[in-house]
Amino acid sequence: MSSSSVLFDAPGPRAKRLYAAVGVGSIVVLLLVLWFVISKFNAKQQLTAAKWKPFLTGEIWTQYLLPGLAGTLIAAAISVVLAMGLGILLGVGRLSAHAWVRWPCSVIVEFFRAVPVLLMMLFMFAVYANYEVFPPERLALAAVVTALMLYNGAVVAELVRSGVYSLPKGQGEAAMAIGLTDGKTMRLVLLPQAITAMLPAIVGQLVVILKDTALGYIITYEELLRKAEQIGNFKSNLLPALIVVGAIFVIVNYLLSLAAQYVERLMRRRGRSAGGPLTADPTDQNTAVGALAGAGPSDTVDTN
Amino acid sequence: MDVISEFFSEYDGLQAFRTTIYLTLLSAVFALLIGTVVAVMRVSPVRVLQVIGTAYVNIVRNTPLTLVIVFCNLGLFLQLGVALANKDSNTFINDNNFRLAVLGLSVYHASFVAEAIRSGVNTVPLGQAEAARAIGLPFLKTLRYVVLPQAFRGAIAPLGNVLIALTKNSTVASVIGVTEASAVMKVMIENRPDVLFIVFGIFAIGFVILTLPVGVLFTSMSKRLAVKR
Repeated sequence: MSSSSVLFDAPGPRAKRLYAAVGVGSIVVLLLVLWFVISKFNAKQQLTAAKWKPFLTGEIWTQYLLPGLAGTLIAAAISVVLAMGLGILLGVGRLSAHAWVRWPCSVIVEFFRAVPVLLMMLFMFAVYANYEVFPPERLALAAVVTALMLYNGAVVAELVRSGVYSLPKGQGEAAMAIGLTDGKTMRLVLLPQAITAMLPAIVGQLVVILKDTALGYIITYEELLRKAEQIGNFKSNLLPALIVVGAIFVIVNYLLSLAAQYVERLMRRRGRSAGGPLTADPTDQNTAVGALAGAGPSDTVDTN
Repeated sequence: MDVISEFFSEYDGLQAFRTTIYLTLLSAVFALLIGTVVAVMRVSPVRVLQVIGTAYVNIVRNTPLTLVIVFCNLGLFLQLGVALANKDSNTFINDNNFRLAVLGLSVYHASFVAEAIRSGVNTVPLGQAEAARAIGLPFLKTLRYVVLPQAFRGAIAPLGNVLIALTKNSTVASVIGVTEASAVMKVMIENRPDVLFIVFGIFAIGFVILTLPVGVLFTSMSKRLAVKR
């Protein structure tokens, strides 16, 4: 983390002047870019009060933005719960002692990680429509949730696996020594610890899920982006509507990533103070959590 | 099995996947360029640049890609009149949509590239930068000759993840009318709902073929090129 701060020394008088000059220069460039964007907006009449005023009225919020946000949040919430269930199942399956359980689970996980979410969404939409699995008004939601569940279930399965691997070996050995079966070792000893350790990564994954619900736009699911388009058609202010919806996404996701960081700090603190008597090596606990937290961002990269 | 021959003849599925590959590669190059600049800004000693870099990453990373791509088309092109192709050419609409999609994909994935490179910078031991300063290299030269070459080698695995994500995310370009794989799959499913499982299977396998070797290649490269310490 702090290694970036040693890339340069504490500046002397000459360096200070140089940094100040570069700083001022980049502010000037930034202002020029902003001025260019604003004048472009202005030239196309995008900054008029008529285009931005609607967002100060209750109507736009109660009719469009809040229902859109609800659509986005509902799809994300259902998806994350189902993905957790599927992910734990697949993750445990991948760790199974039986090859005939392990292999199918591995194939399923790798397959759903490799296939684009949009492809699955389009496919599930067609399947549900053709075989009339869901009533027409629930079709889009069902397709969005299924696709997100399958993809994120595969991601969670990988998290479960790396969570279990990151536990000290003594945990599994101790469980076996007191005579627990493989299943009980997993269920009572390894899994609870793995799930606690991967919580920050799961909260981080929520950001990915929330963003991916916007793919529902393509299959006409009524989420924020679709609502932005409707506002645009209704008030002919598409550009402002897109910007406002983008800001809502950024704020919600930023809060979620703060929550993920908070959970991570919490776990790290708890890990240190609790650190069981025999696993007592606190650095070990930390790397366990740290490795997962490290897996978090890279998985977010991977998923998005 | 006639649906498979249809995939090759009637729908030109190979061309669709070629478009997917072009989209991915072009966006990857631009994303790498933008991402490197942003990463350098974030580790630079100038506070303003740090703030700009951090703001870029936080804003772009938290915006859905679908929104970015839709914004490129509906916002940039239709509302603001920013066109990226020659308006008089016959293929204007296709070219313009393709380039807008590349723009959106690059800008979006640049934030992930920046994070990957920054994590690579974090793998470079303190002594390296300290030694570079000790022999009198200024900040940019420290980066150019000492830190970044090692950082890139340390960042190969996460960069590979970004490339895989980019390959899959290029499907979102279909939302502004680029005829890549997912757009063709949609048409095929609409025309042949009787065999939709096979159609999905073909396209899904196509993506497995595209992404699996990339993963294997980058994993082996990250081990082979890792700086021995």
